[in-house]
Amino acid sequence: MRVLVTGATSLLGAGVAERLVARGDDVVALQRGEGHRDWAQVRGDIRDAAIVDHAMQGVDAVVHAAAKVSVVGDWDEFESVNVGGTQNVLDAARAHDVGRLVHVSSPSVAHFGEPLMAADADPADPDRAHGHYARSKAMAEQLALEAADADLDVVAVRPHLVWGPGDTQLVGRIVERAASGRLVLIDGGTALIDTTYLDNAADSLVAALDRVHEVSGEAFVVSNGEPRTVAELLARMCRAAGVRGPTRSVPRPVASGAGAVVERTWSVTGREGEPPMTRFLAEQLSTAHWFDQRRTQERLQWAPRVSLAEGFERLTASYQPRNV
Amino acid sequence: MTSASLPPADLPGLDPKWSRIVSAPDATGTSRRWHVLDTGPTGPDAPMGTVLCVHGNPTWSYTFRSILAALGDSWRVIAPDHLGMGYSERTDHPHTLADRIDELGSLTDELGVHGPVLVVAHDWGGPIALGWAEKHADVVAGITLLNTAVSQPDDASVPPLIATARAGRLLRTVTHRTRTFLDGTLRLAHPALPRDVADAYRAPYREAGRRRAIADFVADIPLESDHPSRPTLDQVGEGLDALRDVPVLLLWGPRDPVFADRYLRDLQRRLPQAQTHRFEGAGHLVIEDAPVAEAVERFAADLAAGRTRELRVVPALLPTTSTQRRTLWSALEDRAQDGSVAVVEMGRRGPARAITWKQLAATVRDLSAGLTAVGVRPQDRVALLVPPGADLTAVLYATWRAGAVPVVADAGLGLPALRRALRGADVQHVIGVARGLSAAKGMGLPGTYVSVGGFPPGLRRALGVDYTATELAQIGRQLPTSTKPSVTAEAAVLFTSGATGPAKGVVYRHAQLEAQRDIIAETFDIRPNDRLVAAFAPFALFGPALGIPSAVPAMDITKPATLTSRAMADAIAAIDATLVFAAPAALRNIVRTASSLDQAQRERCERVRLLLSAGAPVPRETLRAASLVLGGCEAHTPYGMTEAMPVADVTLAELESGGRGNGVLVGHPVPGVQIAISPLDPTGAATGALTDSADVTGEICVRGPHVKDHYDQLWVTQRESARDHGWHRTGDIGHLDPEGRLWVEGRIAHIITTPVGVVTPVGPEQRLERLDPVRLAAVVGVGPAGRQAVVAVVEAPQQDKGVASLELTDALRLASGIEFAAVLVVDELPVDIRHNSKIDRVRVSQMASEVLAGHGGALS
Repeated sequence: MRVLVTGATSLLGAGVAERLVARGDDVVALQRGEGHRDWAQVRGDIRDAAIVDHAMQGVDAVVHAAAKVSVVGDWDEFESVNVGGTQNVLDAARAHDVGRLVHVSSPSVAHFGEPLMAADADPADPDRAHGHYARSKAMAEQLALEAADADLDVVAVRPHLVWGPGDTQLVGRIVERAASGRLVLIDGGTALIDTTYLDNAADSLVAALDRVHEVSGEAFVVSNGEPRTVAELLARMCRAAGVRGPTRSVPRPVASGAGAVVERTWSVTGREGEPPMTRFLAEQLSTAHWFDQRRTQERLQWAPRVSLAEGFERLTASYQPRNV
Repeated sequence: MTSASLPPADLPGLDPKWSRIVSAPDATGTSRRWHVLDTGPTGPDAPMGTVLCVHGNPTWSYTFRSILAALGDSWRVIAPDHLGMGYSERTDHPHTLADRIDELGSLTDELGVHGPVLVVAHDWGGPIALGWAEKHADVVAGITLLNTAVSQPDDASVPPLIATARAGRLLRTVTHRTRTFLDGTLRLAHPALPRDVADAYRAPYREAGRRRAIADFVADIPLESDHPSRPTLDQVGEGLDALRDVPVLLLWGPRDPVFADRYLRDLQRRLPQAQTHRFEGAGHLVIEDAPVAEAVERFAADLAAGRTRELRVVPALLPTTSTQRRTLWSALEDRAQDGSVAVVEMGRRGPARAITWKQLAATVRDLSAGLTAVGVRPQDRVALLVPPGADLTAVLYATWRAGAVPVVADAGLGLPALRRALRGADVQHVIGVARGLSAAKGMGLPGTYVSVGGFPPGLRRALGVDYTATELAQIGRQLPTSTKPSVTAEAAVLFTSGATGPAKGVVYRHAQLEAQRDIIAETFDIRPNDRLVAAFAPFALFGPALGIPSAVPAMDITKPATLTSRAMADAIAAIDATLVFAAPAALRNIVRTASSLDQAQRERCERVRLLLSAGAPVPRETLRAASLVLGGCEAHTPYGMTEAMPVADVTLAELESGGRGNGVLVGHPVPGVQIAISPLDPTGAATGALTDSADVTGEICVRGPHVKDHYDQLWVTQRESARDHGWHRTGDIGHLDPEGRLWVEGRIAHIITTPVGVVTPVGPEQRLERLDPVRLAAVVGVGPAGRQAVVAVVEAPQQDKGVASLELTDALRLASGIEFAAVLVVDELPVDIRHNSKIDRVRVSQMASEVLAGHGGALS
């Protein structure tokens, strides 16, 4: 089976590609930057329909993981990458008679600010999703699932806060802030949230690819199924990296207000990189969101192989000096 | 006149398929068109019969939508709108009660209603439905009445809402021209009706022209003896005799300003076969406030199965021979000439009062004859508002001897709950200390008031004292006592602590209390030469029944933690006690204050042979420490509840050699008691058939001669608790071990249901509490049932509050074997008010849910 993996330079995209190659599938990656050597690559931007079409030649299935993931930035860019990119993938898949598509989505497409406890994967709703990222991903998921028909099986998988060794997105930023004494908890970090260890997330996407015909048109949240408080998660990540964990806490209204100021400043000054706090992040770190994993595990015939405890051990090991 | 019509199709809870228009003659013979809700003729799939629902004023058939939904599959459920009401035809003349009874008959003929029929009626639909039932007695299989009446008791004042509506010229304004009466009725719901439901009730009555029958209905209430409908109503009331063989279920909302509890009493008197469920907190619109449809569904199922008679007494368990019977006061009669001390009440400086057997026997005899003389009849219920001690002992035994039924509720419940409990229990007389009588007066308790102890001069009238106990004893001295109550006569109504919901009244018969006394005597090997220090309220009263002297230490007996080691030692000294009964909180305080005992006190304490801890689970460390204060005496801790005490018993030695398991070891069943387990299903419901197999976790069920007779006026609760014939479901969960010993793992309400199975809290909590930093632990679930995450909330004095440190979190996960989603540290866990020691896990779970939702919920 020839599988196109978009966004294969991300940890998750690369993880999927690795697994597919390991089991004998033929992988082609579409990516902007320099990537892995273990599989064929097409260099280019997901926004470029011609490149996407080119990459789709001879493909049986697609794992669409490319996306702009950020808590700040212009709407236009979110829209063109996340919505337009997904449209390009769907068009090309249709043109090349591709039968299967795994669309990598996000739980934020159905999280509207209220606490979620043991929730299921509710329908994506761009009008109620918070922030540019969540809104664009909600639109993209709707596009993808609406495309499902007799010729094309589509499943949307929403991995929840993926982390693991080598992860610069979540763990890297947390550790960096903690090291410079800038990491604070919001409301004591008592919100209970789900996370997903990287390997489990990658496994779940491969499982979804194999089960897409049976679950076409459905959306699934994927997580470790082990909700933890924000305080514990941050403390464990910091401990794994050997830095001091957060010791201060601010109330959410303060954090949220600071987030709003920062968001404005960041966009006005056009500063690069990720700001320390946005309203979206303040909400994410102070509101429960954890999910009932029974439907996901049953329908995808998948279960996490790496527990959180094991994951933190591996994370700790990744920060140790290597023995030669 | 407006003809019948169909209701709007979008009323909440109402299926448009149920609505039909039917023609039937009115009382004048004119054909009228009715709107009827009808789930359809009974077919092969709905074979049980017909449920006929009759609404009152100013509602309409909509009020029964939950019954149509619940029973419509197995019964044909019919709910008509009376003529002029709801969506039935409007007429230009009023319909009297007699008219409406006939009209309902014409309609049921037209509808082809045949038996068996279960009649359900609310409000003034009651007299109509009962009138119909009397005329169709051959097909009536059962009757369910919701807040209604068949008479205006002479002693009852007219309900204010009705009085206002009936006030002459006002009548039309309040009921017809304006919506005052309609809106006033809808506002009687507790909690308030959702807006769309209230609007649905109003829907057929929007224009004044459609409300005429509401006014006519109110005008037709025969408040006056010369009212034209009075003879019909009286006839309906008298005709109830003809329905004596028909099972009746009364479902009542006590917060009803229209049909107050006295109307319920009236119905209970007229329908002695009736079962009752009072939904505490519910009001006039009880069907909106409480799970009435569920109750009707159960009643209907019982009717269909032919088991409606008695869900309570288990005759096989009641002693049949009276020759061996020892009444609760037999020991008093045996020792009527004994000049030795029977009851001692301790004060701060030694014995405050000592009463001999001879004195107690005479007082009980005289008081009992006095009670009978002033009109306390056998089976009358008497509230005893007297703190435990010599006085309470005397009036309790006198009440028993007079055949009356003591009603005992713990002052620890708090005044509002106490008021609900005593009023709900239909108390007919009050015996109390000044404070108790004053409270009773405030609660509006009726009947004869008897004072115990002194009261400030001049307050007699204010307290409503009819007799002092002394006067009563004088009255009774020359009079004979009444015949003694039989073994099957009701002997007591005891209220549960109400830790989970409203306090429940538990009814015992004499045989059951006598059996309880005998089981206690046998379990703890109590002999005539034993002497008891009773620091635990229920046992403080059992000394005379056991025939042994007892002393109540100087303490606030409703607050166990107020017992000091010196107060205990003084009480021990006063009677040279061999037995000490106390609650765990009292034992903790005894241990804490043990160093204040002098040498002589210590020596006296060491003569005690047996220590008994009751009322809540006691940590073995506490039990051992307390036993050491008493010279290392044998220590027991029984397991039981208000409904059955004791159920099982375990000694300190067994606890210490018994190893550790999942839960609290409470020991072997006591003599004469059987224990079985009803296994849990994955949702945490105890649905499994009773078993005594080892290591099966489920609801603990008990059978024995001393188990409660029934819950008072709580038919649904009673039916649920006695689901397995002859057994009582305790609401506790646990398992039996291979040696037949019982382990308690928590309450049904505290079961945690995770996606991978059920977790019970007590075992893990014990393992956490063995860790050094942890003083007290609660293991609870957060999130929706069946998908909960497990959370530990602990008191750990040396730790920061909030999310626990990684070290503590890891230690707790390791010790319990549970991957807690979160470990939270709090200053103090909420505990049950009555025992100071049972953790209120429901509250802990709510609190944890809030905090972990990330609302920034406060961690106390």
